[in-house]
Amino acid sequence: MTTTTLKQPSKFLQILKTIWNGIKRVPAVYYIFFGIFIVLGLLSPTYQSANGIMAFLRRTSPLAILAIGEMIVLSTGGYDLSIGSIVTLVVLGSSLLLNNDPTMMPTAIWTMLALGLLIGLVNGFVVSYLKIPSFIATLGMMLLVKGGALYWVGGAPRGYLTENWRDFGRGYFENIPLIERFPYALAILLVLALVTYFIYHRSNFGKQILAIGDNVRASQLSGVRVRLVRMIAFVISSLFAVIGGIMIGGFGGVNVTIGEGLEMQTIAACVVGGVLLGGGKGSVMNVIFGAFTMEAIFNLLNLLGLPKPYKDAVQGLIIIAAVAYVALSTRKKK
Amino acid sequence: MTTTSISDNRFKRFMRNINIPPVYYFLVVIFLGGGILDQIFSDGQIFTNQAILLNIIVRSVALGIVAVGQTLVIVGASIDLSVAYTISITAVMSSYIMQGETKNVPLAILVVFGIGILIGLINGLIITKLKINSFIATLGTSLIIKGIINATFSNYTGSVPKSFQFFGYSTLGPIPVAIIVLILVVFAGWFLLNRTKFGAHLYGVGGNVEVGRLSGLRTDRVLIGAHILCSMSAVLTGLFLVSRLQSGAPWVGPDGLYDLESIATTVVGGTALAGGKGGVWGTLAGVLIFGVLDTVFNQLGMNPYLKTVLRGAIIVLAVASYTYRSKKEAA
Amino acid sequence: MTEEQKQKDEKTANLVQPLLEVQGISKRFPGVVALDNVSLKFMPGEIHAVVGENGAGKSTLMKILAGAYIPDSGNILLKGEKVSFSHPQQAQDEGITIIYQEFNLLPDRTVAQNIFLGREPSKLGIIDIRKLNKNAAELLKEIGVEKMIAPTAMVSSLSVAEQQLVEIAKAISFNAKVLIMDEPTAALTYTEVKLLLDLVQKLKEKGMSVIFISHRLVEVFDFAEKITVLKDGQLVGTVCVKDVKPADVVYMMVGRTLDHYFPPLGKPEDFGDVVLKVTNASNKFLKDISFELRKGEVLGIAGLQGSGRTEMAQAVFGVVPFTSGSLELRGKTMIIKNPATAIKNRIGFVTEDRKSEGILPKQPIRDNMLLTVRSIQSVFGPIFKNGIRKAKKLVPELGKQVDVRTDSYDREVQYLSGGNQQKVVLAKWLASDADIFIFDEPTRGIDVEAKASIHDMIRDLTKKGIAVLMISSELPEIIGMSDRVLVMWDGHIEGELPAKSSEPEIMLMATGGKHIKETQDVLAAGKE
Repeated sequence: MTTTTLKQPSKFLQILKTIWNGIKRVPAVYYIFFGIFIVLGLLSPTYQSANGIMAFLRRTSPLAILAIGEMIVLSTGGYDLSIGSIVTLVVLGSSLLLNNDPTMMPTAIWTMLALGLLIGLVNGFVVSYLKIPSFIATLGMMLLVKGGALYWVGGAPRGYLTENWRDFGRGYFENIPLIERFPYALAILLVLALVTYFIYHRSNFGKQILAIGDNVRASQLSGVRVRLVRMIAFVISSLFAVIGGIMIGGFGGVNVTIGEGLEMQTIAACVVGGVLLGGGKGSVMNVIFGAFTMEAIFNLLNLLGLPKPYKDAVQGLIIIAAVAYVALSTRKKK
Repeated sequence: MTTTSISDNRFKRFMRNINIPPVYYFLVVIFLGGGILDQIFSDGQIFTNQAILLNIIVRSVALGIVAVGQTLVIVGASIDLSVAYTISITAVMSSYIMQGETKNVPLAILVVFGIGILIGLINGLIITKLKINSFIATLGTSLIIKGIINATFSNYTGSVPKSFQFFGYSTLGPIPVAIIVLILVVFAGWFLLNRTKFGAHLYGVGGNVEVGRLSGLRTDRVLIGAHILCSMSAVLTGLFLVSRLQSGAPWVGPDGLYDLESIATTVVGGTALAGGKGGVWGTLAGVLIFGVLDTVFNQLGMNPYLKTVLRGAIIVLAVASYTYRSKKEAA
Repeated sequence: MTEEQKQKDEKTANLVQPLLEVQGISKRFPGVVALDNVSLKFMPGEIHAVVGENGAGKSTLMKILAGAYIPDSGNILLKGEKVSFSHPQQAQDEGITIIYQEFNLLPDRTVAQNIFLGREPSKLGIIDIRKLNKNAAELLKEIGVEKMIAPTAMVSSLSVAEQQLVEIAKAISFNAKVLIMDEPTAALTYTEVKLLLDLVQKLKEKGMSVIFISHRLVEVFDFAEKITVLKDGQLVGTVCVKDVKPADVVYMMVGRTLDHYFPPLGKPEDFGDVVLKVTNASNKFLKDISFELRKGEVLGIAGLQGSGRTEMAQAVFGVVPFTSGSLELRGKTMIIKNPATAIKNRIGFVTEDRKSEGILPKQPIRDNMLLTVRSIQSVFGPIFKNGIRKAKKLVPELGKQVDVRTDSYDREVQYLSGGNQQKVVLAKWLASDADIFIFDEPTRGIDVEAKASIHDMIRDLTKKGIAVLMISSELPEIIGMSDRVLVMWDGHIEGELPAKSSEPEIMLMATGGKHIKETQDVLAAGKE
């Protein structure tokens, strides 16, 4: 770079330009999230305290975990619509298995993870080997898992979730300086986010996921084992749904509709977090903030007194708006 | 069979003209298989009781009507996942407006078709003008409709007058009105696709949008038209359902899985999800296959949740029977 | 162009009014001037070829004529009257029709439905099917292919050449006076090209003016009466075929002659051991394939479209593996069941279709280059196995080696030019450490400059002891590059020819030599 004294003003401009470029490079989701969060803070004192913010993060962490899992599948160019049903299965199934016996907790968790693994493998198999477009395959799986869960428990919720189970979603590390408490849920999210970050952004597997989402044929001819990679993607998504389900069971009661609509909420979070539907682009960080943004929007609407059922309608609008924004802005670029 | 070569030719030409898809053989096999299972494990009424046979078709009417609409959209390489909630909104709105009074029927029908046209128009506009993938776009509108219905109605609302129930229950001679309506809708779908410019253009749009555009088709309009017709078919299904249920509830659409099943039956009927080929006769066979299976499950006294599981599995397997041979990787 | 010729041109131009004329057309795209003040005349009953390197502006000019682009300045005159098009529809209405390189037919619709798409004879929106088929039949008869193509046949059941004929029928149905064809022969076999040639002659006699773009000079000289050469968006000149030789035209296109085109062939002493030996191998596309490939040589594979060239490459690379026979790699018999196995055994495959089979458009150059390296490592392998640090070194090395022009390796490949994209694809295979390279049409759709640099690169590879299998449909490329030539026909190897064989020798084999009558019969009888 030129550093003569004569070019002082242009250097100043250059610095401004660099800053401006930096600002432009920050994804929109961060501005939206912090914007909404500031409004929330202004409207309600809850969001001004560390405690309130931690409670918000605790509530949102399960959705963020589901969203990271969904992002992996979306990045391959597919969809996973079965995750809501998996959450239902986890909550109903584990309440039956636990039935208020805390010692059963590990058994229940391993059972659920095993079921998640199985569901993910079947999803992956159906898409990779039977060549069914994933949104139909996983919609079928959604029915299957939900029906299976209800059949298992006999049509209505039975049993109870134990306290030690519910702590995953509800509990806090207490007595932390400055912020008082730190939710387990957020800790689990951070660990999973870190792991996924390395898998997705720093590993062969992550690059192969993006590669097949971008151009399957080219990936195949470059030696990527497309079917294997796709199978693993669906397995990760299912396992994350199980983990998210365990946490969601922490605060909701046991009911048969607990997982309903989560798949759409999750896809919305991903889209808001800049994931490209059709594959090839995504970011763990942005998707987490996408999930935070969704929750912040719902909280805001709550504060403004919008009836709860409109949540669905708002979600629909957000999805359409976010996808349209991407579609129109890339069209402009070209 | 001993037929002369000429009549054989004529038969072949006839078959080609009406385009009977191979899925009908599949229908026959499933019917016979289901009937045999029924003979062995249950009272064997499928083969002996004519009422059950008729009932299979009547049960298929609701799905059949909306599936014809879905076929149009899929031929155009689009998809409509909002049909389930369109059915719901039709059911609740029509019974809400009718309030058991015959004099309100025309207004109710007018209003629900208005709503249907609006939904189809919005779907079509989002897909064509905002260039959003139809799957995401219609899931979005579906959520919006769902939010609006659930915020407005929470249970059975209003009721339909006796006079309106003729659609669901009465017969014309030995044939239920519902079946006649279904046949008319299927025929209309066939006519639209095979005998009109709209149909030819829809195949063009679905086969290759760029080709359509270069051939001077108003591709956006054609696709929007298909979406409007699809939503209208969902409205007709909604009216049929409410005339049978006597009162509309917000869950009739999603609980009947009309979104997923209309797509599955269309695909089973040989219409490719990628668009550009297929037709309504195949879809009708797909619908009847689902109807037969449903009846067989009922005859065998199956647990309703297990039935949901099987429905999910059957949808997947049915679609797989068409896709697994394809060389392209699915995503 | 000589002064004399110019005068001659002007003379003929004055005799008859041009059917179509452009005056001072310019078109700018962000960053480039695609067309700069180009003026041209097209006469009725004339077959006029437009040639030039990639990026010379041919396609832009054709698209302006067809109404797909609007020029920034200049006029289009149709029969002396000024016209302006803002949509292809308008150009079509005026009798200017374009046939694009990609086919514009619907495979699952009939011939008649395709020809009259958007213009179906109808009353109140209801199609008169009988009339539709009758009109189509008449049209097919008009161009003399009524025995080959039925109006009710599905387009998907027709051969590529037949589909092209349907496209021409469609163009004529618009009452086209000017027919523009973008690389009409690219996908055709030798006999099919002849068929097209006859038809174009017929159209010419009817007073139609036919304009076509081509990369293949041989066909330009077979087809055309006039050749217009464009270079960098400017008109170099228009010449009559009978006045010039191909080398002259090449000189006009690039400013140099053909001789500098290819690097010298390898010497016999450079060729090493056999690295790949295929014996009596077959699959559903291929019959009884046997050949040997040596270190340091370029083995050219010639053959027409559909002769099994690409299928053979795909079989060796495990995309569609051989189902019988044996394959020996560096002396060891093995089965290559998928591309991953091939890559692990150090085979590289630069595919014919860069866009759909080569690049990951939305991924950075870096990840494109590293894809093969990554894919041969275990999916579950340690995260840092090919490490960020190692990649940091490898990527710039590769970039330098293939000379990718970019400011950052984090740039998405979709924003690179075609030539640079091809270089990225090449780098991807260099990264995989392959020592057997398969090139399928390495220079298709690439300008002459980049062609030469890719040819040099291929030769450099062989100097390092790498064995190269090179498929090409361009005979000059085969002859200029190959140390040996295998000619394929009808799914098997018809024969082997030494270096520097002549074009007719190769062509005779590639068309099936003695079988040639058979080919014609099959074609004449329509597709069986």
